[in-house]
Amino acid sequence: MKHRGTKYSGFKVIKEALTGHKGWKPVWRTPRPKSEYDVIIVGGGGHGLATAYYLAKEFGITNVAVLEKGWIGSGNVGRNTTIVRSNYLLPGNEPFYEFSMKLWENLEQDFNYNAMVSQRGILNLFHNDAGRDAYARRGNAMILAGADAVLLDQDGVREMYPCLDFENARFPIKGGLLQPRGGTVRHDAVAWGYARGADNRGVDIIQNCEVTGMVIENGICRGVETSQGIIKAKKIAVCVAGSSSRVMSMAGMRLPIESHVLQAFVSEGLKPILPGVVTFGAGHFYVSQSDKGGLVFGGDIDGYNSYAQRGNLPVVEDVCEGGMALMPMIGRARLLRMWGGVMDMSMDGSPFIDKTHIDGLYFNGGWCYGGFKATPASGWCYAHLLAKDEPHPVATEYRLDRFKRGAMIDEKGMGAQPNLH
Amino acid sequence: MIIHHPLLGPRDASEFVYKGDASLIDRPDWKADNAADLFHDYLYLRDNPAGEHCELWYHEQGDRSWLVVTRNTLTHDITNVELARDVALAKQAKKSGRGEK
Ligand SMILES: Cc1cc2nc3c(=O)[nH]c(=O)nc-3n(C[C@H](O)[C@H](O)[C@H](O)COP(=O)(O)OP(=O)(O)OC[C@H]3O[C@@H](n4cnc5c(N)ncnc54)[C@H](O)[C@@H]3O)c2cc1C
Repeated sequence: MKHRGTKYSGFKVIKEALTGHKGWKPVWRTPRPKSEYDVIIVGGGGHGLATAYYLAKEFGITNVAVLEKGWIGSGNVGRNTTIVRSNYLLPGNEPFYEFSMKLWENLEQDFNYNAMVSQRGILNLFHNDAGRDAYARRGNAMILAGADAVLLDQDGVREMYPCLDFENARFPIKGGLLQPRGGTVRHDAVAWGYARGADNRGVDIIQNCEVTGMVIENGICRGVETSQGIIKAKKIAVCVAGSSSRVMSMAGMRLPIESHVLQAFVSEGLKPILPGVVTFGAGHFYVSQSDKGGLVFGGDIDGYNSYAQRGNLPVVEDVCEGGMALMPMIGRARLLRMWGGVMDMSMDGSPFIDKTHIDGLYFNGGWCYGGFKATPASGWCYAHLLAKDEPHPVATEYRLDRFKRGAMIDEKGMGAQPNLH
Repeated sequence: MIIHHPLLGPRDASEFVYKGDASLIDRPDWKADNAADLFHDYLYLRDNPAGEHCELWYHEQGDRSWLVVTRNTLTHDITNVELARDVALAKQAKKSGRGEK
């Protein structure tokens, strides 16, 4: 289907500047829900909107509604720390995340929207020989899957990040694994860009429409009950991140998922000090610097079941201690904002993109604290599954029954203890 | 969060390690015909409710007791704390029909 909306370009910006900016139109419509669709997507986060976009653009399915209980972007897609990377180890994961990385690289051209994709590089630090070995192995796994990886020694890290504390008594920095193509992407622009692209191709984006029940007849899911009435569809595709268990329980399902809260922090604006993303796994801390100059950082999840979208102070302290250990200069910066989001933590730390045992009902979730980077591939693979009823080749391992088959994808080797992933 | 330990009084939650849903106390019967399915559900599936949640906390930085804490996952309010041992023994007594001590 042809792109219906305005095409954004440098020429358009100049034209609008000269004509008083009267020509900009709303970026998506506000339609009333129809009584029936081919596909209903539950959840207007990054994954739901990307699914709608690729369904319309790549698979020609445009009779689609995205139902969002609040406003689009109000969930984790607008709360994350914007890091994208494909530096996974296991064969069930790495090809999927590298597929996502390649989609990020062409995303702005593809959906004609400025998402500030910035491949500024991501560096994972190590502090001892065992850490170096593990990262050498991971780097090789990445390269085998077509990704990029560079193992840096201490001097290599020092050259890029002279401000780090290399002589820390407990965790001296010995080097790091760099993925130069990793980086950051403006998170809410991703939601808006996908929403605009989907809307332009005929998808109805319906905000303030909470799904409150499933219409299931003889083992077949035929629609959803919502705050705006019953809406029917041939296929119902749930992707509600932290609310996964709540929504799937409406279909009587229990999931291998716990919901946990993750916090994030932004400092006041500073002069450029961090060119890319740095992770300090040993100290439960990671950090990057936004284009406005704020240090964007975070650490571990709070570690107990929560739907509160806010965390507690002990984790704030833990994260700040990690920051002080890595780069003591951070102690002089003032904290500007902090917030939390609800994570769909799966039992092995890896996600699901699968059909359920109920015909017509599909599930996408279990993204833990790392689903932002997955947004393009998750949308594409979910659209593939919905259109063809078979998994995309890079998402064949993301099945709900993998625990039963002993086919867990446990990157960290932590077992069924979500607060350790 | 402050957890009111039945023996030690109010303690900061950061003294504890979190395990998860208190139903983990009830291990399935390993001799059942469908034991593999029961253990799959026991180990991997969770109710994960929004609202009241009974959960296991371990007082690692304290007396090393296991507690069953009833906490609201929407507000983090804690409404009840018991020793996990008491909860487990009460369940066992109920199962074997022996009732009150
Ligand atoms: C603090 C923080 C930092 C993070 N950092 C990173 C990072 O650096 N890199 C990375 O890759 N990932 C990161 N993540 C994880 C990432 O943000 C998520 O995994 C991802 O956004 C989840 O997919 P989503 O965008 O579709 O979720 P969401 O945006 O949460 O979308 C789900 C939507 O479903 C809606 N919904 C829920 N229930 C219903 C219902 N009943 N009816 C209708 N709609 C409903 C919600 O309102 C919500 O809008 C972070 C997360 C947080 C909270």
